[in-house]
Amino acid sequence: MSPILTISGLHKSFGELEVLKGIDLTMQRGDVVSLIGSSGSGKTTLLRCVNLLEDFEQGSIELAGEKIGYREDGAGQRRRLSEREVARQRAMTGMAFQQFNLFPHMTAIRNVMLGLIKTKKMPKDEARAVAEKWLERVGMAARSDHYPGQLSGGQQQRVAIARAIAMNPQIMLFDEVTSALDPELVAEVLAVVRDLAVDGMTMLLVTHEMRFARDVSTKVVFMHQGRIHEEGTPEEIFGAPKTERLQGFLANSEI
Amino acid sequence: MNYDFNFDVIWRNWELLAEGLGLGLFLAIVSIAIGCGIGLLAAFGMLSRHKILRWIAGGYVSAIRNTPILVLILFCYFALPQLGIALDKISSFIFTLSIYAGAYLAEVFRSGLMALPKGLREAGLAIGLTEFKIKTNIIIPVMFRNVLPSLSNNFISLFKDTSLAAAIAVPDLTFYARKINVESFRVIETWMVASMIYVVACYLIAWLLRRLEQRLAVPR
Repeated sequence: MSPILTISGLHKSFGELEVLKGIDLTMQRGDVVSLIGSSGSGKTTLLRCVNLLEDFEQGSIELAGEKIGYREDGAGQRRRLSEREVARQRAMTGMAFQQFNLFPHMTAIRNVMLGLIKTKKMPKDEARAVAEKWLERVGMAARSDHYPGQLSGGQQQRVAIARAIAMNPQIMLFDEVTSALDPELVAEVLAVVRDLAVDGMTMLLVTHEMRFARDVSTKVVFMHQGRIHEEGTPEEIFGAPKTERLQGFLANSEI
Repeated sequence: MNYDFNFDVIWRNWELLAEGLGLGLFLAIVSIAIGCGIGLLAAFGMLSRHKILRWIAGGYVSAIRNTPILVLILFCYFALPQLGIALDKISSFIFTLSIYAGAYLAEVFRSGLMALPKGLREAGLAIGLTEFKIKTNIIIPVMFRNVLPSLSNNFISLFKDTSLAAAIAVPDLTFYARKINVESFRVIETWMVASMIYVVACYLIAWLLRRLEQRLAVPR
């Protein structure tokens, strides 16, 4: 089976500061990979590279057999793809953000429908049906006519997840989706993510919830200073960390 | 002070005053509509990555904002025809008021755009929207709702500025008031009534716009 996502030799700098120093990562369909590590280790940047919210200077990302973001021209020069191409490739990934980023002037269902109508060119009725289905799935059907400002953080995040996943992406990216939530709201969002994982959705997630990472992941990747420092199954990473760095990190994290 | 107030001449001419008020409102509405378009373009210009666009938009905004509006009105009406751009009085005034409003609204929109969270654009990108669709479907509608109170203030200012149209003999409320004044010599009565009409009109506009703001505001 060919991998759904292949990241090879990925380098990324913000000016002088190199935040990703050669990342190699492969995911199969149905994999749930958690990226853990202290802040500044590059895990969020890596996630943002996968849906081209960040550009990168070196290396390649292949998604469902297609190189994303860049192509090589005849002279072997690396060129950024056109905006339209990039937009199409972005729609192959779904992203849920730490700050939810719902569109505040649209109801929950409108938020979910927008991409279906504008990107997928779906007729309105069909888009509404798809949106209803996914809002139902995340337990938000009863609030589909509420505006984001009328919803709790946990509810907003569930709508945001529905918005991303309704686009039928090849892979879902979760960027610390519970970090901005009050503690009592974390569980409802994690339940939704877990539900998707059980359902076989391919997911790459950045998280600080170690217990959750251990429960849902097929693989856990520990990042440190822009590199993959250690990776393995949840049992290996949490049960028998090899490197001192990971042992230290886990000792300071709540499990 | 012995002054016999006599409002007869004003009541006899109320139709003219109403007509003038109506024209003033019309001028303000058309100008703010065009001004919003210009202001939006200028705001995006000022925030553009391209130096030349920033330059053009910034130059326009400071040039207009640092020129008295009366001078602009006279320039457009008397000087532009010499340069081959001849507009009739009303078109010339709408043109002037629109570019004037555009410059002020550009600043309003620019700060509105800068205040939007970066995540909105990224969320749009993440669902595969192009920059243009993000602007038209998300950025502009959200920004517009956020700046509605400033927009209302600008509209009221603009409505009051229509009184300057009298300077080029556009028959607005001020124009007719002056006419009545000249013909009747009822100085105090004329300008008192004209002022009152402006006050009441502005008050009503403000009230209407506040209701509109409430209806359009982002619910929370």
